[in-house]
Amino acid sequence: MTPRAASRSRSPRTIELVLLVFSIGISMAAYASVGLAHDGALPAGMLGYGGGLALLFGAAHVALRRLAPDADPIMLPVVTVINGLGLAVIHRLDLAYADRARQLGHDVPSAAAPAQLTWTAVGVILFIVVLLLVRDHRVLQRFTYTAMLAGLVLLVLPLLPVIGSTINGARIWIRVAGFSFQPGELAKLALLIFFAGYLVVKRDVLALASRRILGIDLPRGRDLGPVVVTWLASLAVLVFERDLGTSLLFFGVFVAMLYVATERLSWLLIGMTLFLFGSFLAWSSFSHVHQRVDIWLHAFAPRNIDSDSYQLVQGLFGMGSGGLLGKGLGQGRPDIVPYAQTDFIVAAIGEELGLTGIMALLILYAIVVQRGLRTAISVRDSFGKLLATGLAFSLALQVFVVVGGVTRLIPLTGLTMPFLSYGGSSLVANWMLIALLLRISDAARRPAPPPAASMADAKTQVVKL
Amino acid sequence: MNAPLRRLSVAVMLMFGLLLLNANYLQVVRADALHHDSHNPRLIAEEYSRERGPILVAGRPVARSVETNDRLKYLRRYTDGKLYAPATGFYSIVYGASGIEQEENSVLAGTDDSLFVRRVIDLLTGTPPKGGSVALTINPAAQKAAYDGLLALHARGAVVAVDPTTGAILAMVSTPSYDPNDLSSHDTAAVRKNYDRLSSARSRPMLNRSIRQTYPPGSTFKLVTSAAALESGKYTPDSPIDNSSHLNLPQSTAVLPNENGGPCTSGQPTLTVALENSCNVAFGRLGLELGDDALRAQAQKFGFDQAFEVPMRTVASRFPENPDLPQTALSAIGQYDVRATPLQMALVAAAIANRGVLMKPYLVDEIRDPKLSILEKTKPEPFGTAVSPQTAASLTEMMIKVVEDGTGTNGQIPGVKVAGKTGTAQQGGGRTPHAWFVSFAPADTDPKVAVAVIVEDGAKQAEISGNGLAAPIARDVMKAVLGS
Repeated sequence: MTPRAASRSRSPRTIELVLLVFSIGISMAAYASVGLAHDGALPAGMLGYGGGLALLFGAAHVALRRLAPDADPIMLPVVTVINGLGLAVIHRLDLAYADRARQLGHDVPSAAAPAQLTWTAVGVILFIVVLLLVRDHRVLQRFTYTAMLAGLVLLVLPLLPVIGSTINGARIWIRVAGFSFQPGELAKLALLIFFAGYLVVKRDVLALASRRILGIDLPRGRDLGPVVVTWLASLAVLVFERDLGTSLLFFGVFVAMLYVATERLSWLLIGMTLFLFGSFLAWSSFSHVHQRVDIWLHAFAPRNIDSDSYQLVQGLFGMGSGGLLGKGLGQGRPDIVPYAQTDFIVAAIGEELGLTGIMALLILYAIVVQRGLRTAISVRDSFGKLLATGLAFSLALQVFVVVGGVTRLIPLTGLTMPFLSYGGSSLVANWMLIALLLRISDAARRPAPPPAASMADAKTQVVKL
Repeated sequence: MNAPLRRLSVAVMLMFGLLLLNANYLQVVRADALHHDSHNPRLIAEEYSRERGPILVAGRPVARSVETNDRLKYLRRYTDGKLYAPATGFYSIVYGASGIEQEENSVLAGTDDSLFVRRVIDLLTGTPPKGGSVALTINPAAQKAAYDGLLALHARGAVVAVDPTTGAILAMVSTPSYDPNDLSSHDTAAVRKNYDRLSSARSRPMLNRSIRQTYPPGSTFKLVTSAAALESGKYTPDSPIDNSSHLNLPQSTAVLPNENGGPCTSGQPTLTVALENSCNVAFGRLGLELGDDALRAQAQKFGFDQAFEVPMRTVASRFPENPDLPQTALSAIGQYDVRATPLQMALVAAAIANRGVLMKPYLVDEIRDPKLSILEKTKPEPFGTAVSPQTAASLTEMMIKVVEDGTGTNGQIPGVKVAGKTGTAQQGGGRTPHAWFVSFAPADTDPKVAVAVIVEDGAKQAEISGNGLAAPIARDVMKAVLGS
């Protein structure tokens, strides 16, 4: 492909700017729609809200212009729209909870939307910081083992006595200076960097050295090391922290990265077997896993429907009541479903925005993932490929697990939707994830330098590794 | 690494595809079932937040939703609850709905497909959604006359009046009745108490006797037997009949007497006279000669052995399946296992009145949208031909004689030709008989009303006869229809 001599007439950042205007418009429309449905009038401060969003996401856009001008133009606007939609739905639920509290004579619970907005701002700031600090994604390769350490430490932090706290039966939170934080989200990023770095170095060994067992080429025991270690780490997370979803996520992403790095189908087989074995072990040993599977299989059984499977069933009812077009933002009863702002935000969207809303949402996520995988395919260095794969696939797997659980395709896991659900740690970590993806995308899409007229004239390049 | 990456992309596509398919399954295929599941509180919250449409009788609402201040926005209120309860049914948070409230629920709740355009318009103009209205065919004067008549006797019973030319139901009364206001309140504790009281009461006030209860029709069934005779071609109104005072039932030692214990008449014993005097022997003999197949076929042409949907589903009236000879004779006089709803007997009269063509009965006249434009007007539909026009004319003449000279003189209306038939249906087991009267008027020109009245157990009066107890009520109903 010949590089263009002149600069492109429509740079990616221009496309991005246009799309961002739409994104912010949609976010504002969603917010306005909630206000109209609930109070019959446009919400006060709507322009201020729109201005704030424009400022925030505009800053992200400007950062991209300066720091990653060739990056993919679609990811930021799509992620912005999802974030904005999440804000509107969380706000809508705040209103519903306030109404209900007033009707019953209880105290009105504190609103979640302003907190989510604050965390969005923190997320965007860290997005810019990541772009600033990481000028070339290959730099991260140097920190492979540091990342591994950081990741493991972050994973283990909630288990420590002083700062760790158990919320709703899961020990995944830490409390520092009045703030609750889920280090698991950051741990995921760190471990992804570790894994990409490790695989880049070891991939040949893992791909080529093998033994024949039962007619299948299996890798050698010593090379199996990392997979088994991560598998055990995942299960350890599950056991001690009771976080079923995160271990599933880690495991799935690592197996996918292994497969991509080594190009060997046998890794998928091993991964599948370990997964099945581990799940069975978990199901038979842990009561809460057993319960989750029971709720999934027998959601409508009379013994479950008003107690254990209440959340799942009411979510399904809500989505069924929503039907094709939904009840309209602000016009359904999403507050009936427990934890509608976090785990079950998809059910709230299904009820109020209908099947069309759900399909649009899924396609938005699919677009982000697809752009991420495309980045992985087109970036030239192996570390970038693996890292981009890991980042994109983790988004895909997370969305699959959450939506699958809410729609009763698979058992519930307690994971939340990236950018959509209420939760500061998740939001911030996902913005950093997108920053990394955009950084890699910038490298992937940067036009190659024009070839020199003769070898003698070619600039000597110093490649810093 | 690009090859496995591409395969991974395909896998991711499949994952999302699976999610999309599953969402479609949930929100399209199973949407209705999930929405209407009894554990889903959203349906009730939704229904009660909208103004439910009214049920109208002669343009005035007998059931409507009024705004309230409590947690459910609208309350269902009934005017003359007990009078119209058999038609309207009830509408309750706890116990669902019955009658028209249930059958036309989608129109009243505003969710019916026919209201789709109205919903879209309301959505665009920001008007709060309302239900459509259902206008019934009931004639309020006739309904009241029927109800007052049964109430005056302190009777359990029913009255059904239909328009013979269209099948429109002009009156549907069942006593004792209940007040649907007792079940529509938002105080669920009170509602439960009322429901328990009503459903356990021995007089069964919530039973719609006009369409959901069958009784032995007794002598009113002789209309069907006469029709079968005339239709067979072997008899005319002047054919001679068995004038004995007793009929020995073949294959048994049982004996069927006439009502008065003696012969049918002292004069010329014809079929007409037999109907006039309601002679058991004559009709028993007729039944034996015609055979149960002919009787059954004729009964089915009148609507027996099948249920109607008016739109509420009626109970089917029955002619016994395999009666032996004595049973056939008894069936011919409307006893043994013959069972008819009051609606069915009204339809028999209506078919005769309408030159032999039976029209399908219906209760809903019009469906209107919340802005009162007509969405649907029921078109009368024939059920079938019960008898030929000649037979119908002959039967009409015979029935006029019954009212003028025979057992049904209390059905007379000055200045109007009334055709009728009395019935006193034995129940056996020491219970007092039911008193029946079926009639139509005017019988000499275009008929306007056909009515059937049953007074259960003859209201346990000292003297029980169709003429004495049921005919006056029928007369008042016919007068009300003709007068309006």
